Order: sequence, then structure tokens, then C-alpha cells
Amino acid sequence: MKKMEEGKMKKKVLSVVLSLAMTATLFGCGNSSTNTSTKGPGAAGTTEMEVEGEDVTTLNVWTFIELHQKFYTDMAEKWNEEHPDQKVKLVLSNMAYDDMHNKLSLALESGEGAPDIVDIELGKFPSFLQGDIGLRDLTDVMAPYKDKVVQARLDIYSKDGKYYGLPTHVGATVAFYNTELLEAAGINYEEIKTWDDFKNAGVKYFEATGKYFATIETTAQWMINLMLAQKGGGYLDASGNLDINNDKMVEVLTYIKGMQDTGAFSVVPGGQPDNEEAYPSYNTGEYAVQIMPFWQTSRFLNYMTDLSGKVAIAPTPVWNTSDNEFKSIGGGGTGTAIIASGENADLAAQVMAYIKLSAEANEEVWNVLGFDPVNTEVWANTQLTQNPENQFVKYFKNYPFDSLNAIKDNIGTIGDMSNEKWPSINNEFCTVTLNNIFENGMDVKEALDESQATLENEFQ
Amino acid sequence: MLKKFFYSQKIAPYVFILPFVITVLLFWVAPISNGVLLSFQDVLKDEWVGTKNYSRLLSDKNFFKAIFNSVKYMIGTLVLLIPFPMLFASLLNSKLMKRSGLFKSIYFLPALTSVVVAGTIFRLMFGEASSSLANQVIGLFGASPIKWLKGVNTSYFALLLIACWRWTGVNILYFLAGLQSIPTDLYEAASIDGASKWQQFKKISVPLIKPTTVYVLTISIYAGLSMFLESYMVFKGNNSPNNIGLTIVGYLYRQGIEKRAMGYACAVGLILLVVVMLINLVQLKITGTFDKEEK
Repeated sequence: MKKMEEGKMKKKVLSVVLSLAMTATLFGCGNSSTNTSTKGPGAAGTTEMEVEGEDVTTLNVWTFIELHQKFYTDMAEKWNEEHPDQKVKLVLSNMAYDDMHNKLSLALESGEGAPDIVDIELGKFPSFLQGDIGLRDLTDVMAPYKDKVVQARLDIYSKDGKYYGLPTHVGATVAFYNTELLEAAGINYEEIKTWDDFKNAGVKYFEATGKYFATIETTAQWMINLMLAQKGGGYLDASGNLDINNDKMVEVLTYIKGMQDTGAFSVVPGGQPDNEEAYPSYNTGEYAVQIMPFWQTSRFLNYMTDLSGKVAIAPTPVWNTSDNEFKSIGGGGTGTAIIASGENADLAAQVMAYIKLSAEANEEVWNVLGFDPVNTEVWANTQLTQNPENQFVKYFKNYPFDSLNAIKDNIGTIGDMSNEKWPSINNEFCTVTLNNIFENGMDVKEALDESQATLENEFQ
Repeated sequence: MLKKFFYSQKIAPYVFILPFVITVLLFWVAPISNGVLLSFQDVLKDEWVGTKNYSRLLSDKNFFKAIFNSVKYMIGTLVLLIPFPMLFASLLNSKLMKRSGLFKSIYFLPALTSVVVAGTIFRLMFGEASSSLANQVIGLFGASPIKWLKGVNTSYFALLLIACWRWTGVNILYFLAGLQSIPTDLYEAASIDGASKWQQFKKISVPLIKPTTVYVLTISIYAGLSMFLESYMVFKGNNSPNNIGLTIVGYLYRQGIEKRAMGYACAVGLILLVVVMLINLVQLKITGTFDKEEK
């Protein structure tokens, strides 16, 4: 009798186990990425810090930039040294760009599975500042550092006077010239001061070599935004309404279209310089010049290795040297945010403010990542910026910070990027508008009118 | 009592279909009704907006582009993935065919690979650079490099090529199963009467595997209209130049996940449901599936 019961019991247990296993497989897919406690091949892209001692707070970090992982752990170790009573252990998960933002959006929507700390890209940031904001206001933890960092870079992650993201770099737009190719064509990059100079140099280069000077952008707006900001233009009107078919926009895009018509400028594979299809085109000398934010330095070092010692960094051209135009604008960026509902949100905020904004951190931003740090005090430290051992100093032909210091006081911004309409505008530009103009030959005004109508429908 | 319950002839059938009913209720009816409710809301602001989501849909060019793309893709796959697999299956089924097992496996192999991997490989094959595979192939014929994934027709070609590469083998298996259930006497009788192989295929094979064809047609219509991953991988994300690769599900994903407009995305999803249902109902009606079986 007892045996039978035991048998029954076993069956019952078995059935429970089986059904659990079934539900586990059903929900397995959704959970695997948030389950950061496991190590090894099962948890691809996850790194866990080794921290000794008791009373260590574990913080989960999501990022889509692999390079950030090492930087964060290095800095967290420094934090632990300085704050032995507030030790933290970072568990970092690296995911693909779209994946990570979509997962974050779902986690915030459902209120479950969000990390403590997350890197949000500039183009996606405004969509997380809609409705009930799930991110922690970071104004308090920023206070000690605030007067030393570039204000414009804090503003892009803010809403209604509250700051939600910690910037990584300034991303000042500069020009990268392949001096070897230009010299062979008899062009001195230092003489290029205005966009007209730039265009003429392109024509001269093309005539001499038969190769392209620079790219026309269709999947990003690095140069377009710079030219637009220099003219004082933007994507929205003064009261925040959608206004992409404004006169300044038409002027800028028509000018770029004129560049394309010379034949010296052409759309690079991938549609912009920061793209896996584009790197080889620059590396092999198909294209000679890039107008890109400063962080492109890391792409040069990692993906365009054949250009080592040949590339010079210079301030970008302007429309008119006698005007007080922006000499550069901040481009791209990643704001580190803290999830407000997290159990350790306050500690996470303090730690990340230290990791992103302190002077030590900003030195590392240059040393490890090759970015232009937001704390501009670091820019003047020639021991650091001209360190002959530094891999970026070695790679580039001139000192990278020479250009940065030259434009330091006049770095502007396109103010519209923190607007909640920005992600949609950006999306429309990079998929439809720019393709219509530069790939399909549509009239500039017509293409802008069409996109304006599409977006108006979306924002109604 | 319990015994009586389980042995009851009246109740037993319901018990047997219970798992299915629960699954449908839990994973189909519940999400759809919830989706209907959400489609009348602005989920982010958590308020009811009436039919605003639907009226916005009607004037949304990208939405119509997505429908157009999906329908075009579906038609392409129907034209390529029904007649040809049927023909190949007949060839494989023929006694004259040697090593048919080997061919079956080879055809089926692509279905076992991940779309993510395959899509990435195809993206690289159809790259813009002159060194990409597709450009090298056309280069052999003296053509200059093409921006494959930026043109409407060339990218359509690439997507259809993936579909064919991946699904031909699967459809062949469906048709083979249908063909093997046809008694061989019919073919023998026909050949005695002097019917050619082509006539046998047309007059015996095609009509007798109609149930299989209808099944394949039904799932192909659905699969074509709900295509997403292939486009997502080939265009490296949900954003293709001029939205040439935007599908209905891609648009739903863009609105719901990428732009966090969950309510609007639900409206898109419901339209997809209605469109698929309508097309399939019409198709099933025409092919006579609803007629009472004559037996």
C-alpha cells in the first residue's frame, strides 16, 4: 500500500517537474538575457566584476557598446578603493543596439526586468522621457561636477529642467583628412576654411585622382546637422512645432546636392562613415575625408588600421569665416541613465556620476576610449593629451586635442535632439528623406514637403 | 464519482479537446481581445482615444507602403513557391529519379538554418561594394556594381531569393507526402492509355494533391503577409532606405516597440489579422474547402 502511494507520489512529482520544465522552456527565451547571474557560454556578452568583501551591492548594467564594459569596470574598481563602505559589483550585459533599447522599452512598460543602470543612445533618449518617466532625476548627483562639464551635453538628456542622462563625451564634430592622398593631389587641408573651399578642394582632388573626396550622407546627419546649426537652423520652429521643410534646411541640402553634382562627392557604401561597409572604403583610399564627431577616432584605430600615421584632425569648415558661426557641434552620444524603480537607484546614481563625470573618469575616457571628455579641464592637460605612449596620439598625424582646443569655446548643438519628436524625425530622414534626395534624385523641397506631411500625420 | 466523470461518454470528448481550448483561450482569444482594447488607447499616456489610432492609420503613407510591400512579397512567394516545389516533388517522386533521398535532404537543409544567420549572410552577399558576391557575379557578365539593397526591384529580388532558398525544400516535402498518397494504379492505367508524363502530372497529380496545395497556399499567404525577420536581417534593422523593406509586422514593431506607441501598433496588428483572414477565407471559399465533403 505504502509503495503504491510512493509510486503515485513519484508520478505526481514527475508531472510537476515536467510541467515546470515546459513552462520554463516557454518563458526561457524572454528570461535568458536578464538572467545575468550565470557565467560562461550560456550568458554571451555578460561580464561580472570580481569584488572581495561583504556587503557589496550588485548593480546590473546594460550597454550596447562593448568598449564601455572595460571602462566601467575599471572605474568601478577605483570607486571601490575610495569608498570601501559602499562597494559595488557591476554585472554588465552587452547587447545589440536595437535589441537593448527595445528590451529596455518593454521592461519599463511592463515594470519588470529592467537593469539598475543603462546606456541609452541620444537618438533614442527622448522616447524614454515620455509619459511616466521611468528614469531617475540625476540633478543631485551631478551637482559636484556640473560647473566643469560642457552644459550642452547635459541638456541633451534633460526634460523640464531635470537631468536624466550622464554624458560620455562631447562628440565635437571635426574633419578627418587623409593627408597622404590629399598631398598627392596637391591639396593642403589647412587651407580649407569654408564649405566653398571644401567643395573646391573636392573637385580638384577628384580631377587629380578620379576618387571620391568625401561622402554624401543618407543614413546619418553628421555633416548636415553641423551645416544646419552653423546657419542657425533646425528641425523644429521656435515653438517646438515640426518644421523640417524650412528655408535653411532647403539651403543646406541644396548645397550638399550641389556637392554631389560635381561628382567628387558620392554616397559611401552604408550611407555614412561610421558603418562596417564604409570603413573599408576609407581604409583603401576610395574616400579621403570624413566630417565626423570626435569619437570617430576609436573607429579609425580599430577599423581603419592602414591609415595609421596618415590622418590629420582639423576644425571643420564654416560657411563664412567672418561670422561667429559654431565651429563645431556635439554629435551622437550615449547618456547613462538610472532606472528610478531600482532597489539601489541612489547608490547607482552616485557611482555612475563618479564613473562618468569625475576628473579621473574623464582622463580614462580619453585614454581607453579615445573620446573627447565632457570635463574640458582635461583638454588642457597636455601631459595627458600629448602623451606619446597614447595609442590615439600615435595613430593620428597631429595632436588630436589641438583642434579641440581651437574650437573649444564655440561648440554648439542642434537643440531639437532632446525633443520627443526627434526619434521619429531622425528615422524619417535616415530612411526616406535623404534617400529620396541623394539616391533617387528627388527635388530637395519636394522631398522635404513629403516627409513633413508624413511626420505631421504621425504627430497629429 | 471521479471515475464516473472520466468514463462518461458525454464528457470525455470535451476533456480531450480541453488542452486545445485552453491554449486558444489563453494564447489567442485573451491577447486579441486585449489588443482590441489597446488599439483604442494611447498606452503611454494611459488614456482612451476612441478611433484616433485608426483614423491616423488611414492617412499613414508608411502603413500603406508596408501593406503594399507585404502583399507584393506574398504574391512573389506564391508564384515561386507553389508551382516549382510541386514540379520538383513530382520529379523526386518519379521512379526514374536516382538518389532522390540525397536531393530531398539537400533541398531541406536551408530550412534548418537560422534566418538570422542566413539573413546576415545574404546581406553581405548583396553588399554595395564591388567586392560583394552578387556584384562579382554580375561583374562576370560585364555589368557594373549595383546598390542591391537600395533599389526597389533588386531588394525584392534578394528577399524572394532568400524565401526560395529557404522554403523550397519544405514545400517539396509537403507535396511529396501528397504525391505518395496517390495510388500508382492511376498512373499505370494512364500510361496504358498512352498519356504522356506531362499529361499524367497535369491530369492526375495536380488534381489529387489539391488538399495539400490548399494547405500550402493557406500557410504561404499567412507566412508572406507576416514576414518580418528576413527583412529585418537583410536591411540590418527595421529601417530600410525609403522603407522598401518595411512589412506590416515590421511597421507594427517600429510603432509598438521602437516608438513605444503600443496602442497604434495594436491597431496595425488587428488590420493585419483582418487582411489575412479575409484573403484566406476568400481563397478557401474559391478552392472549395468549405464545401461538404463528398464521400
